[in-house]
Amino acid sequence: MKGSESPHYRRLLRPGNTNCGGCGMSVAFQMFRRSIGETNIQLVIPACCAAVAAGGFPYNAYEAPVLLSTFASAASTASGMAQVARLNGENTRVVCWAGDGGTYDIGLASLSGAAERNEDILFVCYDNEIYGNTGGQRSSATPVGAGASNIIKGKLEPKKDIMGIMAAHGIPYAATISLANPDDSKRKFERALREKGFRFLLILAPCPTGWKSDPSKTVELVRLAVRSGLYPVIEIENGRRWIINIEPDFSRADLERYLSLQRRFKKSEIRPDDMRRAIDLLWEKLRALAGCIT
Amino acid sequence: MITGNHAAAMAAAMAGRANRSGRGFCSGVYPITPSTECMEFLCLQDIEKGHVVKVESEHSAMAVCVGASAAGARTFTTTGGNGLIYMSENVTVAAYLRLPVVMVVGNRAIGPPWNIWTDHSDSLTLRDSGWVQIYCWNNQEVFDAVLMAFRIAEDHRTLLPVMVCQEGFVLSHTMTLTEIAYQAQVDKFLPPLQLPHRLATTPRALGTFDTSHMIEAHREQHHAAMGMVWSAYREAQADFERIFGRHPPDPVVTYRTDDAQLALVSMGTIAETANQVVDDLRGRGLKVGSIRVCMFRPFPFDALKQAFAGIPRIAVIDRDISLGFGGALWGEARGLAEPGAIVQNFVTGLGGGDVRPEHIEEMVTEALGLTTSGPPVFIGVGE
Repeated sequence: MKGSESPHYRRLLRPGNTNCGGCGMSVAFQMFRRSIGETNIQLVIPACCAAVAAGGFPYNAYEAPVLLSTFASAASTASGMAQVARLNGENTRVVCWAGDGGTYDIGLASLSGAAERNEDILFVCYDNEIYGNTGGQRSSATPVGAGASNIIKGKLEPKKDIMGIMAAHGIPYAATISLANPDDSKRKFERALREKGFRFLLILAPCPTGWKSDPSKTVELVRLAVRSGLYPVIEIENGRRWIINIEPDFSRADLERYLSLQRRFKKSEIRPDDMRRAIDLLWEKLRALAGCIT
Repeated sequence: MITGNHAAAMAAAMAGRANRSGRGFCSGVYPITPSTECMEFLCLQDIEKGHVVKVESEHSAMAVCVGASAAGARTFTTTGGNGLIYMSENVTVAAYLRLPVVMVVGNRAIGPPWNIWTDHSDSLTLRDSGWVQIYCWNNQEVFDAVLMAFRIAEDHRTLLPVMVCQEGFVLSHTMTLTEIAYQAQVDKFLPPLQLPHRLATTPRALGTFDTSHMIEAHREQHHAAMGMVWSAYREAQADFERIFGRHPPDPVVTYRTDDAQLALVSMGTIAETANQVVDDLRGRGLKVGSIRVCMFRPFPFDALKQAFAGIPRIAVIDRDISLGFGGALWGEARGLAEPGAIVQNFVTGLGGGDVRPEHIEEMVTEALGLTTSGPPVFIGVGE
């Protein structure tokens, strides 16, 4: 353990916090803290479940300095902190930890601004594909067919391609993290902490409350999303070099099981076959990017 | 000869340099008329241990200041009009996190209808945001007020952000003779910022959830800190005078009010015209005086009450309008007049409307003819 875990971060997110059982974001935090080592980190958390998890004043569930920013301002608030660390010659790594609302939607302008300026920030988006904190409304990260508290049947529009958007900014490093593949994830967290400039990590984070899934099935859901090709595990260097890290088996059974382990797809009655075409197109595009652009 | 925008930027750059032995200077900026030249000038300055982040919106400009201030740096930004309104969510954050951010507001009418010229409606909309607000009447005061602002913002008795308001174009774009300072003087006036709650390595959270009883306590503390501004300001005034040889204005400045039968009350540049009118009317035998409110938050109750003592008629001039109510200055000042005094509100100069001596004379004539105060009166509409 020595050398790989700082006493500071034995528990980045302490027990007794307010997150629900089986929260994908909680699992992501536990994975992330294993990669921090001796590095000093500062967290910026915009409005989201992770902000609530900090607890009520004067308590703090995080074992790191944290600033709870406004919903739209994680990346710009972090820019100020990262610049001051640089001016003072400190190697503090400033980490934004935002939900999909604070990344894909309300936070997109400030995220894009900070990425374009190549600020020395690690921006982590834990994507539970809904506004979980407010009770499960649709976001632009909600996938086709998924229900939400403000949709009558299921979402008609496809999920926004945030990795494509971040790649288009030409940032040094972007990657997707799978909670079901800890070795790949640890390597990516470590690299993302080490690299200079703007780095972006996307984490598919099942939300048992919003997805209406069993808390014990969080990691299993991610495994199925990865294996079925629904959630590509990739990394992108400098916006140009796309790498596929895990090859899915694209099995219909995995997709079927993914849908059956949660009730959010029930109302739309979406079937694996309805999703096949979109998955094929996604992978066609990914293979083209991974194969042709180096 | 410099503009208000350049005076503000020079003062901010000097204040930034003065923190080079502390944690440096970091500013987030975004252009908007009439504040653009202030941020441009700042971006072109060479500030040791300083950096200006050119962000994608005013909302983010203040967020950068919030992050930088939380990390212990001295911070500054500038905006006005709709920029300030767009920024407003993070404006409140700077205050509620008790971060000593300094901002120069180039006062501009809020659109639509779109208008780039001045009135005080933008900053007065944010009067309840927990910031100290100073209103300037010339470029010298803008320069001096920015330095004073850092001093009172960073005072451990206050730890409050400070808005320095200058009327767009009237000050921001008008060049006047302005005395600036030597860096060594600013270094002496502004010691390095020591933010007691700065984020470093201790696992501390800024901005966590507050239950009702906690937020009540935080608001009460914040309000009490506002009350500490008076002594912090007074001490800073004395130091400022000792170091720079100029005396920054008191929160309320009176002009020829001693035996006045009527006092004109205003903020910003209108007071300069009002004082001129006072001289003219006194020459014609009318006993009038002028009162300038330089600090709007905290509101100078005591000083204003003292200034109003014995004056039977008061004309409050507002370059703003709280629609459905009247002028904001009038709303707050009227309760401080002598019992039985007539306090009449005049709303004028919105969206950069010219406020000429004859307009103020019109107010004096009207106010002297009243037997009781009435609803707010618009002066010079459509002229």
